[in-house]
Amino acid sequence: MMTLTRRYRFAASHRLNTDALTPEQNARLYGKCNNPFGHGHDYVLDVTVEGAPGASGQIVQRETLDQCVSQQVLRHLDHRNLNCDVPELHGKVATTENLALAIEKMLKASWTLPAKLAHVRISETDRNAFLLETR
Amino acid sequence: MQLTRRAEFSASHVCRNPALSDAENQALYGTNANRNGHGHNFILEVTIEGEPDPVTGMVFDLRALKEIINAEVVDPMDHRFLNHEVPPFDQVIPTTENIAVEIWSRLQRRIHPRNGVANARLKNVRLFETADLYVDYSGEEAVDEARQGTGGRS
Repeated sequence: MMTLTRRYRFAASHRLNTDALTPEQNARLYGKCNNPFGHGHDYVLDVTVEGAPGASGQIVQRETLDQCVSQQVLRHLDHRNLNCDVPELHGKVATTENLALAIEKMLKASWTLPAKLAHVRISETDRNAFLLETR
Repeated sequence: MQLTRRAEFSASHVCRNPALSDAENQALYGTNANRNGHGHNFILEVTIEGEPDPVTGMVFDLRALKEIINAEVVDPMDHRFLNHEVPPFDQVIPTTENIAVEIWSRLQRRIHPRNGVANARLKNVRLFETADLYVDYSGEEAVDEARQGTGGRS
């Protein structure tokens, strides 16, 4: 099996809060991430595609993959507020788990590459990472 | 249990198909097609899977693994122009994918039950071309079987 992984970066702000809980419960659950004014991260996004290199020796053309991720994901997330600016996250808590699911949705909405999207992995900081195997 | 050893080699390459025009190569490989080549600090991570030997407590002797990686990959590829100096890349376009397959093939010949390696097997080869681009290759059974049956591609 062969996969190719490409790393991208974007900067975004968010606040973790759910209407299902009281302000006190939100503060206890999300801690500093519940700060009413929000805060931001330099997210790192790894996109992994699976396939065979074929005659060109490439699973995908780098430029094609970069354009796809840039158009479908990065331009909607980079220097944005995840709670306000990203329709895929409306009504959801802007956790990195939900962000991974949103990114999968954004990529799959118009995935035209010849390789299969295998997984996305997002780091919110250097100390945590979330891997989503796409279906 | 898996163990991973990392190695680094610096090499130049160019990704061009001589059957295609300049414009077609540029479209397919971007700046990687620039005629005179360019270089990278390739990072290689080799993962071995197996059970620790009951006597030695090791899945695989790390010193032996280092020697295999050096002999098969680092010594022949470090500070070389892959297309000109490292077969099969005079024939095979040295994309990161193809380099990963070649490294897998070279290591597979050495880390194999036939060579007395009983309790461990080559699990994965990860090759970073840059910090932002890497390829994982874990072999294709059919391809590997064919290679073993014919004594390998060498």
